[in-house]
Amino acid sequence: MSSSPRKSLLISALFFVFSIGWLSIDGMEGRARAEGSVTEGGRLPDFQLPVPKRIAERDYLGTKGRGFFKIPEVQAEVVIIQVFSMYCPYCQREAPAVNELYELIAERPDIRDRVKIIGIGAANTPFEVKAFRDLYAIPYPLFPDGDAAVQTALGEERTPFFMAIRIYPDKSHKVIYAKVAGMGDPEEFLEIILQKAELHGAQ
Amino acid sequence: MMTLKNRISTAAVTTAMVWAAFSAFLTGSAFGASEQFQGRVYAMPNMKPVDSTTLLKPGDLAPDFELPSLAGETVRLSSFRGSKNVVISFVPAAWTPVCSEQWPGYNVLKELFESHDVIVLGITVDNLPTLYAWTEHMGGVWFPVLSDFWPHGEVSKRYGVLRTNGISERALFLVDKQGVIKYIDVHDINERPAVEVLVEEMKGFKK
Repeated sequence: MSSSPRKSLLISALFFVFSIGWLSIDGMEGRARAEGSVTEGGRLPDFQLPVPKRIAERDYLGTKGRGFFKIPEVQAEVVIIQVFSMYCPYCQREAPAVNELYELIAERPDIRDRVKIIGIGAANTPFEVKAFRDLYAIPYPLFPDGDAAVQTALGEERTPFFMAIRIYPDKSHKVIYAKVAGMGDPEEFLEIILQKAELHGAQ
Repeated sequence: MMTLKNRISTAAVTTAMVWAAFSAFLTGSAFGASEQFQGRVYAMPNMKPVDSTTLLKPGDLAPDFELPSLAGETVRLSSFRGSKNVVISFVPAAWTPVCSEQWPGYNVLKELFESHDVIVLGITVDNLPTLYAWTEHMGGVWFPVLSDFWPHGEVSKRYGVLRTNGISERALFLVDKQGVIKYIDVHDINERPAVEVLVEEMKGFKK
C-alpha cells in the first residue's frame, strides 16, 4: 500500500521525461524562443531587413542596392538594435531618450561613424512604425516587422528589447549586449556599450 | 490497493498539471508583451472569437448612453452630436493582454484621430478604481475612459457586445456627427484590430 504513491510518482516522472523528449523532437523545433534566443557572446540569429528607401538612411547604414541586408553588413563597428512596438507604453515613454542616445553619438567624432542605431517595430506594420516615427521625430532608421519574422527569429516577444552587435573587420560579429528592458539613461547606456565593444580609439 | 490502471491515470493527471504549469512558464512572455506590464497582466486563455450578436448595423442611430468617466464626470454620447465624430472602443477587460496595448496605440495616433474630428470613448465593464490603476500604469490615455460596471454591462448589452461571461467584446463603433453608425467591427477578442482599417474608415467622416 505505502509504495503506491511512490510508484505513481515514478510513473509520473517517467511520463514527464518522456513528454519533454517528445516535445523537443516535435514541438520545440518551431519555437523561436528555444532556437533563436539572443545571448551576449553569441551570434545574432539569421534575419534580413529591407534596404531603406530614404537615401539618408541608406547612407547612414552604408547599405546598397534595393534588396535586403543583414545587420553585420552595416558599415559600422557597433550596431545598437532597439526592438520596440508602437503599442508599448514603455517604448513610447523612452522614445525621446533613445533619440538623445542618437544625438550623443552624432556629436562625438570618435564614434559617430562607428556606432549606429536601428529600431525594429516588433509585429508592427509600416503604418504603425511610421506613426511612431512621426510622433517622436525619430532620426535613426526604423523597420517594420509586420509578420513578426524578426521577432520570431530573435525568440523574444517582449519590448523594449535592446541589443548591441560588435562587427569586426572580417564581417564576423558578436552580440555584446542583449537585455529585455528600457535603455535607461542614454549617457550611461552608451558608456556600457562602448566598454563592451572595446572600440579602439574611442574616448 | 491501487491498480496499475489507477496509478497510470493518477500519473497522467499529475503530468498534465506539471505540463500546464510548465507551458504557462514557456508562453508567459507572449502576454502583456510590453515590459511596462510585466507580471501585472493577467494571462488570458484563447477565447471564443465572438460570443454575442449585435443587432446594430451601419446606418442605424447609435444608441445613446451616459456613463461615468475616469475624469469624474458623466459622459453622454449625444453630447458630441454636431461637434465630434466618435470612435467607441469597447475592450474586454483591464489588465488583460491585447487591451493593454490597444489603447496605448491610440495614444500614438492622437493627432490622426483629431485631424478627423474624432474623439475616442474607451469603454470596459470594469469599475473606475480598476480602470484608474490600469490606465495610470500605461501612462494615461488622452480620451475619456468610461466604466460600464453598473448596472453591469448595460451599455455593452445595448450595443449587443456583452459576452455570456459578463465581459464585453473587443468592438469598434464609428459614429458620425449626426449620431449615425458608419462602421462596426466586432473583432476577434484575441486579436488587436488593425489601426489601418480604422484610419481608412475615419477618412469617410465628413468634416
